[in-house]
Amino acid sequence: MAVKKFVVGCFDEEGVLFDAVKKVRKAGYKLHDVYTPFPVHGLDGAMGLRDTSLHTAGFIYGITGTTVALSSITWILTSDWPLNIGGKPHFALPAWIPITFELTVLFAAVGMVLTFCYLCQLAPFVKKHHFHERATDDLFVMVIECGDEAEITNFLKNIGASDVNTQVAETGWWFGRYDKEEKAIEYKNETVLHN
Amino acid sequence: MAIKEFFEIPKRYKTWSFALIGVGVLSVIIGFIMYGASENVHDKARFWSTMLHNSVYFLLVTNAAMFFICATTLALGGWQMSFRRVAEAISVAVIPLGIIAGLVLIALVVVDPHIYHWLHPEGDPILEGKSGFLNSKFFIIWTVLAIVLWIALGYKMRKLSRELDNNPLPNAEAGRKYIFKNTVWASLFLVWFGLTVMSTIPWFWLMSIDAHWYSTMYSWYTFASSFVAGMSLIALYVVYLKNKGYLEYTNNEHLHDLGKFMFAFSVFWTYLWFSQYMLIWYANIPEETVYFQSRITTEYHKGAYSFIFWATVIINFLAPLLILMRRGTKRNYTMIAVMAVVIIFGHWLDFYQMVFASVLKEHVELNLFDFGVAAGFIGIIMLATGNALSKYPLIAKNHPLTKESLVHHA
Repeated sequence: MAVKKFVVGCFDEEGVLFDAVKKVRKAGYKLHDVYTPFPVHGLDGAMGLRDTSLHTAGFIYGITGTTVALSSITWILTSDWPLNIGGKPHFALPAWIPITFELTVLFAAVGMVLTFCYLCQLAPFVKKHHFHERATDDLFVMVIECGDEAEITNFLKNIGASDVNTQVAETGWWFGRYDKEEKAIEYKNETVLHN
Repeated sequence: MAIKEFFEIPKRYKTWSFALIGVGVLSVIIGFIMYGASENVHDKARFWSTMLHNSVYFLLVTNAAMFFICATTLALGGWQMSFRRVAEAISVAVIPLGIIAGLVLIALVVVDPHIYHWLHPEGDPILEGKSGFLNSKFFIIWTVLAIVLWIALGYKMRKLSRELDNNPLPNAEAGRKYIFKNTVWASLFLVWFGLTVMSTIPWFWLMSIDAHWYSTMYSWYTFASSFVAGMSLIALYVVYLKNKGYLEYTNNEHLHDLGKFMFAFSVFWTYLWFSQYMLIWYANIPEETVYFQSRITTEYHKGAYSFIFWATVIINFLAPLLILMRRGTKRNYTMIAVMAVVIIFGHWLDFYQMVFASVLKEHVELNLFDFGVAAGFIGIIMLATGNALSKYPLIAKNHPLTKESLVHHA
């Protein structure tokens, strides 16, 4: 697996981190990822991550579930083993809707969990590199792909990182890797309320 | 950034609302001459059914706006603050529509054009058994009480909202008190809403047309219909005002959440629609299936309203489900506006089927008269809402939760 060198900057506060992310992107360094103790609203936008395609996958799994449910029940109850249930017609669509719904949800849910694990490269017994243990506790950890090590370290310190170090880590273990595509940085007009 | 605080009613808007009201009044007059004044029982029922269908539908839709305000207030929601005044303005239309619907409903009982046959329970053991609830006295009292309290509690909520416009809260303690006062009044409205729209009122106004039949899903089903159409109406007004350059603080994050409401409650409506249908289909008891006789065509008989019945499922379920599912559509002003119109029309059609398939079971007579009366009600909503929007600031800038709405991120 490809091994890369990363510069890791730690931030104590969310507000500092937001500005830092914008500055890093403006300076043209390649963000690998940002690890936070909790989901930070709007950080994906600030990082310029494209929208995830997980929901498209979820939709496809969902309609797969719908199709599997409807076609299999139809085949079973109308041609393979027709049963007279309460004098209803063999093709008793209303009775099948709840099961169709269940299978739609089941396929979508399980499929999306597996896809999520694949995209995040999570699997049982796979050890992932932790850039900083406190990223799951109270520290915001920004990881940048290393170019000029000294320059990036300095830059991070200047924009408010409380601690900067360099680490070597594997970039992925699966076939291919999930590259986080970035959008060009854009500035929105922000509205402020005046009294 | 300076904001436009007051809505100035454009001339075209005013012309349209008056034109639509004119069409409505004309339709009612022509309809009355053609159908209402007729000696024929069928024609008479035709006229009053149209009045019942339209007045009840549009009243419940506008009342849903106040339900939205109270529900979000009780949940201490902040995201809706940037466009809350729009929902408030729509709820002002409850006043004229409530008066009209009240008069129509009282007339239905007093004039008795053979829509509510529970008015004559004599000799019918089922209706006699229900006459403790279904009698004209209780009907009139409950109807008047429901409408008056919707108007009064809605007025109180709007007044509370405007209270801070010119005197900002001095400190956090006053803010807490203010929020508490709001929650108390909002919960009063919600309790009354639960006792009326979510239970008794649909039984009285709509379900009692089939007085022998009943469904425990019916009130929820009616509520879901009116709420999803109400949210669509709010979304439509938000888009309209945004297009005119108002509501500077409302952006596609808020629209996204409105779209989620339209999507989610379309699915909720379908859930109730299907629950009601499937239980009756499964049990297959004549007393219950009679409701679907005029609504569904099977291989053994033809239901006149079959087309409309299934069309409402496509318009109110499949279209919102497939179109509003995407994140991009919910954040797109054009798509939300189009879907809002589709949903409002779809549920109007659903109410049409709820009323007419029970009154005139033989064949569908949907014609210009129905659309004309509907246009009149839309005109009244436009006029009342437009006036309310122009009278008071479009944003409650001193409300403690307003800031939360400005930084809202869906």
